[in-house]
Amino acid sequence: MNNQGRPTRPAESGAVETRTFTGNRGLDIEEPLLFEIGRVETTGVDFDLAPSHADRLGPHARRDPIGLAGLTEPETMRHYVRLSRKNYAIDSGLYPLGSCTMKHNPRLNEKMARLPGFADVHPLQPVSTVQGALALIQQLAQALMTMTGMSAVAMPPKAGAHGELCGMMAIKAAIAAAGEGATRNVVLVPDSAHGTNPATTALIGFSVRSVPAGADGTVSAEAVRAALGPDVAAIMLTNPNTCGLFEREIVEIAEAVHAAGAYFYCDGANFNAIVGKTRPADLGVDAMHINLHKTFSTPHGGGGPGAGPVVLSQRLAAFAPVPYVIERDGRFDWVEQAQAQELGRMCAFHGQMGMFVRALAFILSHGSDGLRQASEDAVLSANYVRVTLSDLMSAPFGDRPCMHEALFDDSWLKDSAITTLDFAKAMIDEGYHPMTMYFPLVVHGAMLIEPTESESKASLDLFLMTLRDLALRAKRGEVERFLGAPRLAPRRRLDETRAARSPVLRWTAPKFAQAQSPV
Amino acid sequence: MRFTRDHEYIEAGGDLATVGISEHAQQQLGDIVYVELPALGATLKKGDAAAVVESVKAASDVFTPASGEVVAVNDKLGGNPSLVNENAQGDGWLFKLKLSAPGELDGLMDAPAYAEYLKTVE
Amino acid sequence: MMRYLPLQPEDRATMLARVGVADIDALFADIPEARRLREPLPMPRAMSEPAVERALSALAGRNVAAGSVPFFLGAGAYRHHVPATVDHLIQRSEFLTSYTPYQPEIAQGTLQVLFEFQTQVALLTGMEVANASMYDGSTACGEAMLMAHRVTRRRKAVISGGLHSHYAEVCATLARFAGEEIDLAAPDPLAQEDLVGRIDDQTSCVIVQTPDMFGNLRDLSALAEAAHARGALLIAVFTEVVSLGACRPPGDMGADIVVGEGQSIGNALSFGGPYVGLFATRTKYVRQMPGRLAGQTVDADGRRGFVLTLSTREQHIRREKATSNICTNSGLCALAFSIHLTLLGEAGLRRLAEINHANAVDLAERLEAIPGVELLNKHFFNEFTIRTPRPAAALVEALAGRGIIAGCPVSRLAPDAGLDDLLIVASTETNSDEDRAAFARGLREALS
Repeated sequence: MNNQGRPTRPAESGAVETRTFTGNRGLDIEEPLLFEIGRVETTGVDFDLAPSHADRLGPHARRDPIGLAGLTEPETMRHYVRLSRKNYAIDSGLYPLGSCTMKHNPRLNEKMARLPGFADVHPLQPVSTVQGALALIQQLAQALMTMTGMSAVAMPPKAGAHGELCGMMAIKAAIAAAGEGATRNVVLVPDSAHGTNPATTALIGFSVRSVPAGADGTVSAEAVRAALGPDVAAIMLTNPNTCGLFEREIVEIAEAVHAAGAYFYCDGANFNAIVGKTRPADLGVDAMHINLHKTFSTPHGGGGPGAGPVVLSQRLAAFAPVPYVIERDGRFDWVEQAQAQELGRMCAFHGQMGMFVRALAFILSHGSDGLRQASEDAVLSANYVRVTLSDLMSAPFGDRPCMHEALFDDSWLKDSAITTLDFAKAMIDEGYHPMTMYFPLVVHGAMLIEPTESESKASLDLFLMTLRDLALRAKRGEVERFLGAPRLAPRRRLDETRAARSPVLRWTAPKFAQAQSPV
Repeated sequence: MRFTRDHEYIEAGGDLATVGISEHAQQQLGDIVYVELPALGATLKKGDAAAVVESVKAASDVFTPASGEVVAVNDKLGGNPSLVNENAQGDGWLFKLKLSAPGELDGLMDAPAYAEYLKTVE
Repeated sequence: MMRYLPLQPEDRATMLARVGVADIDALFADIPEARRLREPLPMPRAMSEPAVERALSALAGRNVAAGSVPFFLGAGAYRHHVPATVDHLIQRSEFLTSYTPYQPEIAQGTLQVLFEFQTQVALLTGMEVANASMYDGSTACGEAMLMAHRVTRRRKAVISGGLHSHYAEVCATLARFAGEEIDLAAPDPLAQEDLVGRIDDQTSCVIVQTPDMFGNLRDLSALAEAAHARGALLIAVFTEVVSLGACRPPGDMGADIVVGEGQSIGNALSFGGPYVGLFATRTKYVRQMPGRLAGQTVDADGRRGFVLTLSTREQHIRREKATSNICTNSGLCALAFSIHLTLLGEAGLRRLAEINHANAVDLAERLEAIPGVELLNKHFFNEFTIRTPRPAAALVEALAGRGIIAGCPVSRLAPDAGLDDLLIVASTETNSDEDRAAFARGLREALS
């Protein structure tokens, strides 16, 4: 019998010093930089012997050390696992970043993308050895055309902004082919647009003309008509827009744009709200990129990779980039060299195959019924958020239904000394990733909440109760809770002024080797 | 000292003038982290974007309130952009112009008029 | 369906009631009535996990996986062994399913990785500063050209005939649409072109690759000097980053911007993407650089931490005046790159490079010994070009029929160059002695 009992109940504890010797806090473990723990002599990879050989590097051989630190495998594992635990992720909690569409990433898709027949295939293999890969690209392309009703799709663009570039270049090429290249050089962009829209426009030598949104958060056909003219090449319109609203006059806008001889580029970042409910082709769209990493849930990976295929209308199809897949007698082949009016190459090889596999797995898993249900659930959840918070927080465009994201402004915080930023940071202490803040720019102190279709009702309810509690505390003037937040995260607020004034963008070896203390 | 509706100031002595952003603009921008200055010798037309003042989350063009040639830029801002925050209408000046049309200053606001104007934009 | 949708029918009913609408379509009322879809999309209905797995595995099975055959194809993408640890770590939920680190307090993992990645890239290339990645090497190359235009306020790029033809085409496409000029040299398999003579007072940059598309190692020092003398920048490009473990880095040779493809370290071939573009430059040009940057700072308690910084260069703040329109980049591929390079360390990378070089030299010697086959390169790393007595494309097809992926015919990359008899061949550490023997035997037989 073991009679040396241990206490099995926590002792009464008063205020306890939480500072630790290591700086660690339980499971939250501090991790130095790789360069502070690794050594240039250390490696975590063993190699077989090389055949002996003559040196053919000649005078090009490296002369100086590189300075790269290495770690053995166990040390590597620990370094990155510890770092990973300092990240919030959709797998660990609700991630309501408006405009970013943080939905569940099915692991089946990861497994499929890693099949050797997809992952271990070189882009320049003879086409006879990659018929399945070309078939997959065709199948995904067909699915994107079916969902959008469009005539063609350019698969190469590597992300949404790259897709915008592709679509706008196709438009510019079409305008040049019509002999209007010298006169049509203005693109209409609403103030609420993603920053990528004006940036893309400027990149290819178009100038931006702003179109104001109305008091209801949408763009009116009248405002578009007023901005149209013979110098206008296109309009770039996000739909559903960045305020989370469907552009009600979109058909009229498209007609006005077409009547003026211009093209309608739709930013498809928010396509996830309307898949299976309406088709961009039926709304008059000429070109639209689809963020596979948003709508079809290829993982965001801490900032990419993405994929941004662009669907094109019949009159833009001839201006697509190379390469593209063709089918002849049941065999697939590439067209890799631009012919006639095609706009050329946008990237090496054929696009984001790894993302194509994941997106197709997502599409097949959902099917036509599941895709529509996903759109409906995303919209329903956003409206549930909107309605549940409407008595405490202020919505800039009244109580009209939203699409997949609910937008609030900061007028409800006006007398509280608490900003949108403070409110967001307080959410971190409650275990939530903040919503998108200060975007769209047209709404003061914007808070854009996108719950996606991936949350259960219980999860949404807890999130909403948390926001209501915080909102009530803000209104009661519990300022300290907000201004000091976050207190419970791996780091408190970081000094961004210092980071920008004196940029430190890489590790550098200390100038003077310091005597290593044994303790 | 004269002010524009875009919150630049210009202080002229003869045909030489000093340009910067107003105390109000400095406050609105918050911590200034970088200032991009015009090239020495550049010829500017009134209203040209002549400099950029950056905070962490915003970049603001500075439009020259008058035409002329850039004869000096404030080199101290390279190492210490916070001078603009500390003394926007003094040590935090941006550049000096040799005015080509001193009459252009007549259309600008003086200090009391600018103070009135600020009341309307807040 | 739906294993991915947590809301149950009764939840939906409750939520609709709270929202105060009769049915879900009421929430889609803003879509013009005539443009709403009445019927389900004409696509298959939802599939179970095993059914999807069956369908996609069938497609995958119709491709020849590189690892299943003797494999010698490079030309911009290279087959290397990636340690199992890399793929395990990048699938950690906290890396895989997080967004761009806009909230630094709860994204220190990603931010510290990016800071370490930037340091690794700067060290490898011999440059002062690197960004947090671009889409791939080719788009990084195009962005570097645009950056050089901004720095020099000029609009003409001189492009080497040794630059990967896809990269040159990306630059040409951008230049055409941005209204800028390029002076593109003819394909240059022998690395004999005179680029210095093409530089004039309008030249913003010279873009040159080493090892080049044909595998030649090039010394860029004289070119850098000539460019600088005319006020132009030198942009150095690489498609095989492992070469930097054995060869002089471009930073040593006077490059102003270094861009390249990082796929070789940490990332699968994946039929062309996603890859990871590396982008490095001198500190004095950092404000003209495209892409995200992680920087070091401190938090409210004075503890070291990392944030995205110098964001005023980027589209979400600067909009039409941004240095680039890039937003999403290649975060997860950069992570894979960084983990693999951490495992290698300097010692491992040098060893890896040494083995690659040895394998390529061994293969070159075997192929050169075949009657009628000529090796073009004087100096090369793990890739070289041979001249064959028959069109290379036909030989590649013939060898594919024998289960050997032989390399890339130049005609595939530059069909109009009249270089149909050239074959670009790569050999990495993944090739065995038997693989190389099989290739030499196969080529000998195909030519006899």
